[in-house]
Amino acid sequence: MNTANDGERRDIEDLLPWHAAGTLGRRDRERVEAALADDPELARRYELVREELAQTIHLNESLGAPSPRVMETLLAKIGAEPARRRRASIDLGARVREFFANLSPRTLAWSASAAALAIMLQAGLIAGFMLKQKSAGGYETASAPAETAGEGSYALIRFQPQASAADITQFLAANKLSIAGGPSAGALYRVRIATTKLASSDRDRIVKALQADRVVGFIATTE
Amino acid sequence: MQTTSDEVLIGRIAGGDRLAMQVLYARHHVRVYRFVLRLLRNESTAEDVLSEVFLDVWRQAEKFEGRSAAATWMLSIARFKALSVLRRQGEAELDDETAGAIADHADDPESALAKKDKGAVLRQCLTRLSAEHREIIDLVYYHEKSVEEVAGIVGIPEATVKTRMFYARKKLSELLKERGIDRGWP
Repeated sequence: MNTANDGERRDIEDLLPWHAAGTLGRRDRERVEAALADDPELARRYELVREELAQTIHLNESLGAPSPRVMETLLAKIGAEPARRRRASIDLGARVREFFANLSPRTLAWSASAAALAIMLQAGLIAGFMLKQKSAGGYETASAPAETAGEGSYALIRFQPQASAADITQFLAANKLSIAGGPSAGALYRVRIATTKLASSDRDRIVKALQADRVVGFIATTE
Repeated sequence: MQTTSDEVLIGRIAGGDRLAMQVLYARHHVRVYRFVLRLLRNESTAEDVLSEVFLDVWRQAEKFEGRSAAATWMLSIARFKALSVLRRQGEAELDDETAGAIADHADDPESALAKKDKGAVLRQCLTRLSAEHREIIDLVYYHEKSVEEVAGIVGIPEATVKTRMFYARKKLSELLKERGIDRGWP
């Protein structure tokens, strides 16, 4: 060998089978390619490796495939296995991972953009809805809001990110709710659930009922 | 068309999805079967082991952490089960003595005829290597496993993987020489 000592040549020669199979990392691949270009004897030995590779594939491919009986046996054995208990929290995580694993980078980028747009639209429409409600109530100064704490019963609510503005509008109207403030940190809105001060048990009952709606991500009573 | 990755399928299998199991089986059963068959040299036993391998995949899917490729993980399971069978059959010693005993048929009529086809002789010699050498040759050449992956499957250091591959190839050259083909190496 012209460019390397015997030890290095042996190192390179040991890598030839993986080079032929295409499973070397970039650094080793480049080392082998450089040595092969420079060493005719190594190149001759590489041809032996390539012969072995070709015949190993030929041999394995001639082995055929297992009979369908194996699949039937396997499914029968699986059928006899005890039923799996699925934990919802684990399944949710797995589903999220699976969802993102199945998206191509381009799809992911578009999804992120679409999600950001949807959140902006939702915030904008809710703000518009609040302004509309306020304007319907006539002129008011910043120092004198139409509704102040203590004049009704309130809850803090966070809407599901996927809920559309139309869904939220419909939800608020159907439950005779009005947005009194927000969004604060954590995208929480303060909503009036009654025009009078309700007993704690009544507020809890209403909040519990609202919690069941699909647009609600989080809800809790507040003063 | 985008196909579901093996890792996703194993996640579904962990949740009890039998269809995912069938997809994974359809994708890998032939290669796993051939790997086992090359070690055991018995089709019926290889089929039994294959079934056991995928049953283990079903049972252990929840523990799969994705540190290695799914195919590598399955070959590890297959190897463990095949070696268990070999041990039960009294062939636990996977050394060259086995191959040596088998290889003493240098000039039977079949191999004399095969000399005309170097490839055929080479394939014949590949079948006469010891299980240990067949295994590493197949993992590297047919199953396209890297040094690191072979080390993980076989459970030996990476340096030993290279050494073992060298000796497997050396033995192959010796078997070829016995059949009149001198490769001039090693």
